[in-house]
Amino acid sequence: MAYMKNKLWALILYPISLFMSADWLDVNMPVGVTDISKEVFGLHMAIFFVVVAIGVIVFGVLFWSMWKYRRSNNKKPATFTENHTVEILWTIIPTLILIAMAVPASITLKKIYDHEAEEGGIDIQVVGWQWKWQYKYLDEQVGNKPLSFFSNLTTPPDQYEFNRVEKTENYLLEVDEPVVIPVDTPVRFLITSNDVIHSWYMSDFAVKQDAIPGFINVAKTKVNVPGIYRGNCTELCGERHAYMPIVVKAVTQEEYQEWLQQKRDLAEQIAYLTEKEWTSEELLATGEEIYETRCAACHQTNGAGIAGFYPALAGSDVVMNDKAKQIEILMEGIRGSQMQSFAEQLNEVEMASVITFTRLAWGNERSGDGEIVIPKDIVEYKETNL
Amino acid sequence: MSAVVENHNHHDDHHHGPKKGIMRWLTTTNHKDIGTLYLWFSFAAFLLGGAFAMGIRAELFEPGLQLMDPIRYNQLVTMHGLIMIFGGVMPAFVGLANWLIPLQIGAPDMAMPRMNNLSFWLLPTAFAILLSTAFMEGGMPGFGWTFYAPLSTNYPNVAYFVFAIHIMGASSIMGSINVIVTIMNMRAPGMTLMKMPLFVWSWLITAYLLIAVMPVLAGAVTMLLMDAYFGTSFFDAAGGGDPVLFQHVFWFFGHPEVYIMILPAFGITSHIISTFSRKPLFGHSSMVYAMVSIAVLSFVVWAHHMFTVGMPLVAELFFMWATMLIAIPTGVKVFNWCATIFKGSITYETPMLFSIAFVVLFTIGGFSGLMLAITPADFQYHDTYFVVAHFHYVLVPGAVFSIMAAVYYWLPKWTGNMYDEKMGRLHFWLSFAGVNITFFPQHFVGLAGMPRRYADYALQFAEWNAVSSVGAFLFGLSQLLFLYIVVKTVFAGKKATPQVWDGADGLEWTVDSPAPYHTFDVPPKVK
Ligand code: HEC
Ligand code: HEM
Ligand SMILES: [Cu+2]
Ligand SMILES: [Cu+2]
Repeated sequence: MAYMKNKLWALILYPISLFMSADWLDVNMPVGVTDISKEVFGLHMAIFFVVVAIGVIVFGVLFWSMWKYRRSNNKKPATFTENHTVEILWTIIPTLILIAMAVPASITLKKIYDHEAEEGGIDIQVVGWQWKWQYKYLDEQVGNKPLSFFSNLTTPPDQYEFNRVEKTENYLLEVDEPVVIPVDTPVRFLITSNDVIHSWYMSDFAVKQDAIPGFINVAKTKVNVPGIYRGNCTELCGERHAYMPIVVKAVTQEEYQEWLQQKRDLAEQIAYLTEKEWTSEELLATGEEIYETRCAACHQTNGAGIAGFYPALAGSDVVMNDKAKQIEILMEGIRGSQMQSFAEQLNEVEMASVITFTRLAWGNERSGDGEIVIPKDIVEYKETNL
Repeated sequence: MSAVVENHNHHDDHHHGPKKGIMRWLTTTNHKDIGTLYLWFSFAAFLLGGAFAMGIRAELFEPGLQLMDPIRYNQLVTMHGLIMIFGGVMPAFVGLANWLIPLQIGAPDMAMPRMNNLSFWLLPTAFAILLSTAFMEGGMPGFGWTFYAPLSTNYPNVAYFVFAIHIMGASSIMGSINVIVTIMNMRAPGMTLMKMPLFVWSWLITAYLLIAVMPVLAGAVTMLLMDAYFGTSFFDAAGGGDPVLFQHVFWFFGHPEVYIMILPAFGITSHIISTFSRKPLFGHSSMVYAMVSIAVLSFVVWAHHMFTVGMPLVAELFFMWATMLIAIPTGVKVFNWCATIFKGSITYETPMLFSIAFVVLFTIGGFSGLMLAITPADFQYHDTYFVVAHFHYVLVPGAVFSIMAAVYYWLPKWTGNMYDEKMGRLHFWLSFAGVNITFFPQHFVGLAGMPRRYADYALQFAEWNAVSSVGAFLFGLSQLLFLYIVVKTVFAGKKATPQVWDGADGLEWTVDSPAPYHTFDVPPKVK
């Protein structure tokens, strides 16, 4: 009995505790950190109050009539079917309200559509991939190519699969490399896609632009406040649509320059690493990690794939016996399928490691030729296929 | 409208009655039988699509993947949408059309009874094909009911989806032709177009919309099929195609489609509100003009679903203004319903409760629609749960509530029995609570930035998603009560009079309850 009572209390207290918890106020659009996002927030609140006002009036009249003219209170219904005055009024007044809303909305829209490059601004190409974002800094050269990197989810599967471990604060909103931009600088995101349609959504900037293969969409923004901002992909792009977050780090000009320098230094180090002699143990260790973050989403951790969607790599003839073919697949992707090119996503060391890993793991070593791929093989491939 | 009816009550039927057993249903050409088939089919689809929704909401009850992997999740979302739209709402309205149009215009049957049989039986065929993918490698479609290319072009089993859509389209087009021909040619003498009941009007307009847009959908799926299997590149950028073209074609069908799902609801609501207010509808002809203008406007607003694809500024402006315009005729309809209630003599039986909830909650869905029309704000709302809240407000307490209202309202005419009023009201209040608990919090998580079609979400959305799931289970369970009430009424209940509701007006209330197998062999005269 006491137990039952406890349960009952829990049932009553649960909703209350929900309302008391800190997050429940999280019910409105963020004001954001750009001039445009503030304007958009203003429009949102304006149209919201307009509809609330209309609602209060219309529903007020409706509920009052429902009460007043219930049958027990009013036996004899009226018989009128028209009244031209009110009909004209309730056509004209809404029209005026709509015009009053459309004008400021159009003005803001025109500002959002100013896509011109500006003095001192930077251009970042954003490419949607299944299921990660690539950022290319078009004005910054590293070696002979623009600075480019991929931004992958870092929340470990243990947190989302069956909730094996406690979820951390930025669950599904954390990536290995955020896109870094300077504050108070016009930044143009040139958004496109490598495979299916994605959408780049950063609520704090009031930016949402679809990433469409074959198109480049422009979103210009100028962030006023340094900070870390988190967003999502908002166009269904396959199974891991919910697992390709966006993280933008807005920093001061100095920090931005420092970050660029670090990126350049890193590129040099990698060039050096490809020269080094690699053992299969070293390659395997790196390879397993890469496989887990870049391939397991499709080919699964155990290499078995998903029937009908992704082929198994365990026991695959290509993986076991055809080194050259496998390098080509990883470098070029398979056209017309979800198997994408990893040439830009992985450097030579990572590429060689992950291929080596697939060739040795899950019993492939025993059933196949068991040969490993070293970074120099990748360098060679790049030289001959340029 | 008043009618002079030759005495049909108790007329001795010189027709043969219905066949016996299963053959009655397979071969029937009777509009009432076919209406019944459509309605039961749609009920089954609601339960199946609803079961899928329960699966979705169970997965979303807390963050993380508990019950299914994201492939399965996407399949449930997609099939839920497809089943609810093409199996639930549309067939329900066609069922109502079959039952009511001949009765309301004083015609003996639909104009093309055999085609009528075929249009119905195509539907289970199409759904069998669509659902058969569940048992195949690769499984059911998982690209959203909007099947955007190029996600869909590379999806397993897409050919089954395409074929199913084609068959559903053929069924809808045949049904629409039947409706139009019936209404145009078979009205009782004296029933001019402007005297026609509003449900009939709403279906006349809907049928034209269907004939206009179903072929466009067929075109979209055909191009998709060609891209997937025959090497064309309509939507493949690498082959010189255009993925945005797909969206233009799809939404040129898709936006009128949403009005296809709401216009008949407008018709139903007008009848019910007038009946239980015991007062003629306010502004009968302005209701007709409003529906016609909504239908016309629905062809020039499609790209409001595409504000983020990167259209030029002028296009964005045009579609924003055009969309806002639709609010005006829609507003007129809501005001007319309110004015019908004003100074009435109102009682609140179950159909009236559902209809008033329709007016209020559909209007709330209209409000969020108006917000979505503001393009700069839509950059924030688009493809978040705010949109999910918006379209569920117009579809569930909109279209679905109107269908339930219609069932309670005409059930005594169909079965000859009154439903249990207490149970009906209980069903209403449970559904009303369930719908709002489910969908209102989705406005909040949407504004806070939770994208739609997400199998998993960040922690700040957890509380409201839990609330929404609880509401969904409540709503889902309440519908079993509906099933019970309807089945019980079919077999037993207080006998209904021909008039059924003291405030009801129209030809269908002049025939017996249950309506005899054949009605209006001799056309009634309408003054
Ligand atoms: C987005 C999902 C996805 C990811 C991520 C992915 N693959 Fe694939 N992969 C595929 C698909 C789909 C195919 C089959 C393509 C076809 O043949 O049409 C494939 C094919 C392959 C093949 C050829 C297999 C055979 O037997 O023909 C290899 C090798 C391969 N992938 C390796 C990898 C490696 C290594 C990674 C990680 C660096 C990776 N894939 C990441 C989807 C993916
Ligand atoms: C209890 C009733 C219902 C519940 C709990 C429910 C729940 C849901 C949920 C959770 C989604 C997924 C949203 C997303 O992830 O984007 C969804 C999508 C959808 N629902 Fe419902 N729904 C219900 C009833 C209906 C009805 C009656 C209809 C139509 C008449 C409908 C039409 C749709 C459509 C069209 C989609 C979009 C599918 C897509 O994104 O491809 N729903 N619903
Ligand atoms: Cu996505
Ligand atoms: Cu639309």
